[in-house]
Amino acid sequence: MILFDRVTKLYPSQQRPALDEVSLEIEKGEFVFLVGPSGSGKSTFLRLVLREERPTKGKVWVAGKDLGHLSNWKIPHFRRQIGTVFQDFRLLPNKTVAENVAFALEVIGKPHSQIKKVVPEVLEVVGLEGKESRRPDELSGGEQQRVSIARAFVNRPMLLIADEPTGNLDPGTSVGIMKLLDRINRLGTTVVMSTHDQAIVDQMRRRVIELEGGLLVRDQSRGVYGYAR
Amino acid sequence: MRATFVTSEVATGLRRNLTMTIAVIITVAVSLGLFGASLLVRAQVSAMKDYWYDKVQVSLFLCGPTSDTPSCAGGAVTNAQRTQIQADLNAMRPLVQQVYYESQAQAYQHFQEQFKNSPIAQNVTADALPESFRVKLSDPSKYNVVASAFAGRPGVEQVNDEQQILDKFFKLLGGLQAIALTIAMVMLVVTVLLIVNTMRVAAFSRRRETSIMRLVGASNFFIQLPFLMEAVIAALLGALVAVLAVVGMKVVLIDGVLAPSFQFTSFVGWDAVAQIVPIVILTGIVLAGLSAFFTLRKYLRV
Repeated sequence: MILFDRVTKLYPSQQRPALDEVSLEIEKGEFVFLVGPSGSGKSTFLRLVLREERPTKGKVWVAGKDLGHLSNWKIPHFRRQIGTVFQDFRLLPNKTVAENVAFALEVIGKPHSQIKKVVPEVLEVVGLEGKESRRPDELSGGEQQRVSIARAFVNRPMLLIADEPTGNLDPGTSVGIMKLLDRINRLGTTVVMSTHDQAIVDQMRRRVIELEGGLLVRDQSRGVYGYAR
Repeated sequence: MRATFVTSEVATGLRRNLTMTIAVIITVAVSLGLFGASLLVRAQVSAMKDYWYDKVQVSLFLCGPTSDTPSCAGGAVTNAQRTQIQADLNAMRPLVQQVYYESQAQAYQHFQEQFKNSPIAQNVTADALPESFRVKLSDPSKYNVVASAFAGRPGVEQVNDEQQILDKFFKLLGGLQAIALTIAMVMLVVTVLLIVNTMRVAAFSRRRETSIMRLVGASNFFIQLPFLMEAVIAALLGALVAVLAVVGMKVVLIDGVLAPSFQFTSFVGWDAVAQIVPIVILTGIVLAGLSAFFTLRKYLRV
């Protein structure tokens, strides 16, 4: 699903590369934690996967496509295969829960009839049935993150990128979100999640990729957050 | 679905950015109004220039049966007189560069052509118009040489310096047109800057929406379309105001005030206005569309 071949990313204004000769492969259907301190290159890694950045050196393959050879006008189509979830939810405050989810389909030109059908379905998957017409500011943090996951998943992507999805949530709520991501993973979607949350990583016992200073320092299946190296 | 979605986005965008939208409408209206006015003045100048204006400097009108100047005491010009005048004109080369003869029938035709928008065209017959020699000079300032040679000569009713009569007036109109066009250009630059800024503000105030659209894979066209439509709609509204102003100038100023007071002048007709209107509207749309498009390319990157 994702293949990095000796990828180096050097931002113009910086001396040290944000990613330094990173090679790794993530298979279809995997659940992967991406860990490491701030500035270790996690965000750069995710931005490269989303083709928001291009590598300085090396090749990135995602969903069978060589992103170095993906022309600009094909990027939107490419991104439709990827769902994205962020720490800050990124919901539209003036739209309801259902409208926020429907927005993702409207802007890629899906027909109205289909939107009417799939939005309630996905809201049920994330456990928000009955809250369709609430607005984001009427929801708890955990519920808002569920909306954003629903929006990322409504188009049934092959790959879900989650950038610290539990970073703003308390531990109890985080567990619920992790259960949801696990469920989505079991439905066949590959999940890559960056996190600082030690308890979650230790508990889930999934593959862990650790970056430090742009270098890949650990790639461990069924790993823990950091101390058992 | 797409259409209704884009429409509602455009409507909210215009409302959210109301002050900027109004500013765009006003500047577009003023700049295109002046632009349209200068086109109207240009059309007016060309309507006032008769068939010979740009071709000759001196006109020799020959006596007709009803002429009453002293030089026409002998009645209408005779064939011998006409031939002699033409020969004398030809003898004045190289100052006289070209001599055209206009018969009464030709004069009538040119008259009908020039006054086609005016009721006086129907009241004039070929008999009422004099035949004439139209003379092109190698040195236009030496009008007097020709005038003194032919003025008062039997068979010649009148010698006119074509340039003298209307030149000052045309210079004035030309000056007005240049001023209007200069202000219009400056205002167009202001308009472009304003649209660029409006698009920047709009892109910024909707960065949440557009960032989400990018993430879920909306095409660039789909992301930019609402912004583009906003700019074009504002420009279109401004252009319509400008068109109303041009139409107003034609109805109030030309048809209402000038035409009744100056009956023997030809004024621009609705055909000229009909040519100006699409130019004004198209200029507005293209200008707004292009400036919005290039701004958005910068601020709504993939």
